[in-house]
Amino acid sequence: MNQEPAESSIVVCPDGPLIVRGDFEIVTPSGEPVPRERKTVALCRCGASAIKPYCDGTHKMIKFRTEPPAS
Amino acid sequence: MKIPEPRGPISTALFGVLPEEPGTAGNTLQALHRMISTRLAATPDIIEDDDLQLTLFCLYELHYSGLEGVSDDWEWAPGLIQVRHLLEGPFEAALRQAAAEAAGEVELPAGAGATSDAVADVLFGLAGRDTGPSLSRFVAKKASMDQLKEFLIHKSIYQLKEADPHTFAIPRLSGRPKAALVEIQADEYGGGRPERMHSALFARTMRGLGMADEYGAYVDAVPALSLAAVNMMSLFGLNRRLRGAITGHLAMYEMTSSQPNRLYGNGFRRHGFDAGVTHYFDEHVEADAVHEQIAGRDLAGGLVEAEPHLLADVLFGATAVMAVDGRLSAHILQSWENGKSSLRAAVPAAA
Repeated sequence: MNQEPAESSIVVCPDGPLIVRGDFEIVTPSGEPVPRERKTVALCRCGASAIKPYCDGTHKMIKFRTEPPAS
Repeated sequence: MKIPEPRGPISTALFGVLPEEPGTAGNTLQALHRMISTRLAATPDIIEDDDLQLTLFCLYELHYSGLEGVSDDWEWAPGLIQVRHLLEGPFEAALRQAAAEAAGEVELPAGAGATSDAVADVLFGLAGRDTGPSLSRFVAKKASMDQLKEFLIHKSIYQLKEADPHTFAIPRLSGRPKAALVEIQADEYGGGRPERMHSALFARTMRGLGMADEYGAYVDAVPALSLAAVNMMSLFGLNRRLRGAITGHLAMYEMTSSQPNRLYGNGFRRHGFDAGVTHYFDEHVEADAVHEQIAGRDLAGGLVEAEPHLLADVLFGATAVMAVDGRLSAHILQSWENGKSSLRAAVPAAA
């Protein structure tokens, strides 16, 4: 394993989006760049954002959970 | 900004002394000190006291872009700092009381030393239960053109210097919380592109409605509560001992921003405004969904991991926003629902 920190990182936010930081590009399946306005982005993973692929905070309203409920 | 219209004897006295040179004003400052002590003993509520909030606002302004015709030497003049301290003590006490009332019972993470995830959890929990009346829904569905302008006037007191109060906290932090704050602020300041600074986007929105966009253009029009909301940030940002509160403030501000901004944008779209006007709001839907994660976990949470004793102040900062901004939203809504302006009675309605 390389001991240097990676160029980019993805932070897996509990009950929330993926925060992507570093050197990366976001593209469509055909390779077109997806408009991007900031260096660090939050990617939707609840599926309910109105601005996908980016997060708009809607996960909080739909009570999106990343962990299965305790049984 | 221009020196505003005074709102009582104390702001009158302050605006009388500021055009002088700091070295020559000793007696006047002592008189000002005595007037404030008397007023503080008598005011029913410092948070809504026009004369005291305007005085504090202008004292803080010396640390930002200054006041026209006033020497920059006043910024650290000991006599004036004493006056500021005299106001800050009772203001902070009133904020702590209002915050405690707004927050009620807060469930704290169990055990010593809360993790950053646990702090973020508590803050998201607080943000989620904010059940006050919804100004954003009113703006989206019902606000008239004049009410949209009023809304921008209230917001302009902060948004035309958006992010500045929190920037004061950067050198008071280190490591993870510092990196987090710098990352958020870089985005607030446009990532190197001045035209994308959030304050510049807000100015563009104001121009789109034919309004004045110079910083402080509408200070005379807003009630004490709108000034108090900004004074609270300056208090937290300019006092190192309150570094917990400024991080909690930013975290709560970001956590209660994305969805309201979508609704604000809808209100302006409903009146036919294009993306040039709504860009400010649209930008915040996306930006603040990023910022809320960083502010809750890395900034506020990271600070509590480094300095566990600051947890209480992080929560104070977070709940103080809920209290003051909630009260301001309620005032605006109540005014509008009664067919009245939410601005100061003495000032004609929005330009």
